Amino acid sequence: MQVPAQFDYEVAASVEEAIELLRRHGPEARILAGGHSLIPMMKLRLAFPEVLIDIHELDGELRYVREDDGVLRVGALARHRDLLESPVVQGRYTLLADAEKFIADPLVRNMGTVGGSFAHADPSEDLPAAFVALGAEVVVRGPGGERTIAVEDLALGPFETALDPDEILTEARVPRAPQGSSYFKVERRAGDYASAALGVALWMSGDEIEDARVGMCGVGSTTLRAKEAEEVLKGQEPDEGLYKRAAEKAAQECDPPDDARGTPEYKRDLVRVLVVRAMEQAVGRARGAEDRTADGR
Amino acid sequence: MRIQVNVNGEPREADVEPRLLLVHFVRDTLGLTGTHWGCDTSNCGACTVHLDGEPVKSCTVLAVRANGHDVTTIEGVSSGADLSLLQQGFREEHGLQCGFCTPGMIMTATALLERTPRPSEDEIREAISGNLCRCTGYQYIIKSIEWAAKHNAPTRVEVMP
Amino acid sequence: MAVETRQGHTFGDRMPRKEDGRFIRGRGKYVDDLQLPGMLHSAILRSPFAHARINGIDVSAALEHPKVRAVITGKDLEEQGLAWMPTIAGDTQAVLATDKVRFQGQEVAFVVADDRYSAQDALELIEVDYEPLPVIVETPRALDPEAPVIRDDKAEQTNNVIFEWDHGDKEATERAFREADVTVKQEMIYPRVHPAPMETCGAVADYDVGTGKMTLWVTSQAPHAHRTLAAIVTGLAEQQIRVISPDIGGGFGNKVPIYPGYVCVAVASLVLGRPVKWMESRAENLMSTSFARDYHMVGEIAATKDGNILGVRVDVLSDHGAFNAHAQPGDIWPMGFFAIFPSCYDAPAAYAEATGVYSNKAPGGIAYRCSFRVTEAIYLMERTMDVLADELGMDPVELRRKNLIPAEKQPYESVMGWTYDGGDYHAALDEALRIADYPALLEEQREAREQGRIMGIGVSTFTEIVGAGPKKKCHIAGLEMFDSAELRMHPTGKAVLKIGVQSQGQGHETTFAQIVAGELGIPAEDVEVHHGDTDHTPYGLGTYGSRSTPVGGAAAAVVSRKVREKAKKIAAHLLEAAEGDLEWENGGFQVKGSPNQRKEMAEIAFAAYTNTPPDEEAGLEGVAYYDPPEMTYPFGAYVCVVEIDKGTGQVEVKRFIAVDDCGVRINPMIVEGQIHGGLAQGIGTALMEVIQFDEEGNHLNSNFMDYLIPTSMEVPKVWETGETVTPSTHHPLGARGVAESPTVGSPAAVVNAVVDALSPYGVRHVDMPLTPSKVWGVLRENGVEPF
Repeated sequence: MQVPAQFDYEVAASVEEAIELLRRHGPEARILAGGHSLIPMMKLRLAFPEVLIDIHELDGELRYVREDDGVLRVGALARHRDLLESPVVQGRYTLLADAEKFIADPLVRNMGTVGGSFAHADPSEDLPAAFVALGAEVVVRGPGGERTIAVEDLALGPFETALDPDEILTEARVPRAPQGSSYFKVERRAGDYASAALGVALWMSGDEIEDARVGMCGVGSTTLRAKEAEEVLKGQEPDEGLYKRAAEKAAQECDPPDDARGTPEYKRDLVRVLVVRAMEQAVGRARGAEDRTADGR
Repeated sequence: MRIQVNVNGEPREADVEPRLLLVHFVRDTLGLTGTHWGCDTSNCGACTVHLDGEPVKSCTVLAVRANGHDVTTIEGVSSGADLSLLQQGFREEHGLQCGFCTPGMIMTATALLERTPRPSEDEIREAISGNLCRCTGYQYIIKSIEWAAKHNAPTRVEVMP
Repeated sequence: MAVETRQGHTFGDRMPRKEDGRFIRGRGKYVDDLQLPGMLHSAILRSPFAHARINGIDVSAALEHPKVRAVITGKDLEEQGLAWMPTIAGDTQAVLATDKVRFQGQEVAFVVADDRYSAQDALELIEVDYEPLPVIVETPRALDPEAPVIRDDKAEQTNNVIFEWDHGDKEATERAFREADVTVKQEMIYPRVHPAPMETCGAVADYDVGTGKMTLWVTSQAPHAHRTLAAIVTGLAEQQIRVISPDIGGGFGNKVPIYPGYVCVAVASLVLGRPVKWMESRAENLMSTSFARDYHMVGEIAATKDGNILGVRVDVLSDHGAFNAHAQPGDIWPMGFFAIFPSCYDAPAAYAEATGVYSNKAPGGIAYRCSFRVTEAIYLMERTMDVLADELGMDPVELRRKNLIPAEKQPYESVMGWTYDGGDYHAALDEALRIADYPALLEEQREAREQGRIMGIGVSTFTEIVGAGPKKKCHIAGLEMFDSAELRMHPTGKAVLKIGVQSQGQGHETTFAQIVAGELGIPAEDVEVHHGDTDHTPYGLGTYGSRSTPVGGAAAAVVSRKVREKAKKIAAHLLEAAEGDLEWENGGFQVKGSPNQRKEMAEIAFAAYTNTPPDEEAGLEGVAYYDPPEMTYPFGAYVCVVEIDKGTGQVEVKRFIAVDDCGVRINPMIVEGQIHGGLAQGIGTALMEVIQFDEEGNHLNSNFMDYLIPTSMEVPKVWETGETVTPSTHHPLGARGVAESPTVGSPAAVVNAVVDALSPYGVRHVDMPLTPSKVWGVLRENGVEPF
């Protein structure tokens, strides 16, 4: 079995201490949360951090999923499972639960953290796409204090974020709950990364779509937001023709890689299909309808 | 680094490198070889143990991460001639062949039944979807877990040595 | 809760497995579980290039690592004559590269260190000067006249051809094609896949300087053959080598060959005088130890216009990678048993020709859950049958029914020279169709199509050829393919059976005990089965090609009968009766007509040690080396139902019906388990598993994120299994092998179902694996829109 190269190891007792350790050890230090993205890369010797700063003792500070005054707050150390099982998430931020069902497998979801999903900046990671659809932002804290970054602006490129080396991501925040939302993913096999995946969130005014957001993953070098597709949807009454027009836009807005999961053409077509399916489900949910089968057929 | 881990109810201490993986701590340092490993990429689940009661892939957890925490391995789910209901179920329903994925499967299923004593077939399939088996085609593993759920009772009974 | 305590299982029972007690407790003992005092660990430096000359290797920095004990290179081995080793296909394979590397992942240097972490660290300290060479990964390119010669180490090798082979009656087949009303021809690729058992390969070598004995614990499906080959390769005396195959975490053919890692641990232990362990990582497993298939085939059938097969013709290009380490039962079988291909059909003429080539890919061509290329042959036949059905406008079921060999022709002499061991193929097909409710399925499909859903039904019918020998026809590196069993009854009536075959999860400790139980009338619980230790078991060729039951199982039956013969003499002595007056009844001997005058086996066994007849030796034991008169021919009929998501190209296997006839079933529960597992692997092959390379020869599927094997989510909810039981005409128990039938028969059923689903759009064939992106491509090319 492959094993990581040597590194130094620190355990942070507080977020402040983690920031201090990051400052002290410089850019070759990495935060270790659940480790389920980082440790496999270290074992394959694709990542060589000199220092790991383990923040698992910070559950008390950073592990929570709660809604305060209509704002959903998810602590960076919330496990994937916490999100999947949260009644608030299941009830009002349904696409997060949809997405979580697709993320890796139940064992990985016991350890993998929400913060890690953001900080790893894998363009195929599901959660950032789902949070983009919700119009979420993340809270980061550094020596100079706290700031927020819109999730759609967080990733600068594959595995590269807008965080400074001495900043730590502490929370994801959704400012308002949608009336309906949905997340769909095509994977080659359970637990695989997305061939294409996307989430939509809808804010309705009566029968009209007042606001809509679409977040996509696996179809670009970062998590993507389909802004033109959103524009097509806004102010319209939902129907299949509308979904297809939005889907067409979203397909144009992505820039999928050519890889073992398929050609760019294939993935664009998946985006077309998934926007329509996600819209049907999200609108249905906004109207209080029962879901169709999980695979959308 | 000196760590103390509560393994199967017993405090175990060792000096370890920070990079030592929990699976190697359990297998090589403690000699509890019932926990296996089958991949390098957190896919197969042969290394599943409980960390503070939750099933995790011990190939992707540093041993130092378990410092001061509870770890349960397959050796800890029953003792002596006794068998847990899941262990019995796997034998009754032919839930194993080569036996390599079996400890991981049983650890995952044990956690499932602790949280969901009467899981549906779909829930079982989903729960074990991170544990690969190359021998059984999964159907009899699912039946084994259903056997244990059906016989769920407070006492553990030995059937056969 | 009270649970009934079970005792007294015998032949034919659904007996829970004897081996499970240790596995469910985590008390199995696999190679990597072994910890010996002073044991060192190792790691292999592997080539990053698919084809490159080695101009130099600098190991000095690695040797300076404080925990490194040795670094071995090809040059070091060359001095001992160990840089190359023989393969089971009669070729040579580099243990550690000396001149060139010929595939990505090839073994270049072997590091021994105090622990596995340090060994892996030290790999990064070795400097190798590689000079990259042109690479061949596309199989047909190996035949280009300008192609680089991969095996320039062999003086006689001037191109990349390993063999050219043909079999069958060429003239008669050509005549059939000339005279036929209809001919079809289909090109297809059976892609390169990997057995990927959950346990990777590994070994521990422990050379005892005091006794001169080398003990090798190794993940081996054939420990005796491995010992003999180890003796030949290392020059150690064979009795000084002990090979132990402990519990094996799945083999599926992956653990038949000898790998460079095994040789290296042995050398390292000899040199260092300490035990050395080598366990490959998953990447090493997928990259270097034994792929399967990689067959590029053209199948043709000639038929009358009403669907009677007149001839079958096959052309194959087979890719063996950098060294020919393909599994073959002797040098007359460069294509293994591929020539089974007219399979269960009454074909009056058949002919195959084939070319085997080298490429810059991993060596192997092992029989992955397969009896030497039967899998490729059946896939080719079943796909081509569906193409013929399409050409004729016939229901594929009707076409098959028309051509299946009638039961009254059994034992059937095939045009390819095989003698089948009985079978009613029509009955198996009828049973599969009954379970499937085929008419209802056709109706469901009609409705689905009206609704715009894409549903397909695929059928495959097949016979395998498993259980090599006979020894006159089959050998592994010269070792004839018999198998053995040694049985001893103890005074208390308990027995120990030692066998030459080797379980990797098949449950031999249970089924072999059941065989003895059935023959001797004692409970299977009273029979302990030993295997996997060359010091303590009789010589055997191991387990692969479904040979355990056909050969080893037969040996167990034969040795039990030998022991029973002796028991009869003792019983006669005890009953003071003439032997001829005794009859075997319900597990004991009794005087004919006087059932009260009777001796049970336990009493007889006790007497064998306490009260032997004056003219008999004491003890009650025997040994049998069984040479099967022929192979066995398990057969089946499978039906697969799929639905395709026309938006995404995802294929869902909705139902899978498998009717298998493996003759008499020793333990039906174990048989079912074997079938389930093989079906899952077959579905994996059909839908997701593949090993691919880019044009530079980089391996693209070297971990379980990229080499996809099915999880609990991709298999149908129920494996709908059924059976017919036609005893083998020659096996002493009427049994055949079973575990490979599902992997042999299922890929074609799945592909046939997918192609059937797409047939309204003019699709006749799609190569495996039927990944979502590939199926999507077929849908869109043929005008199927997502909405």
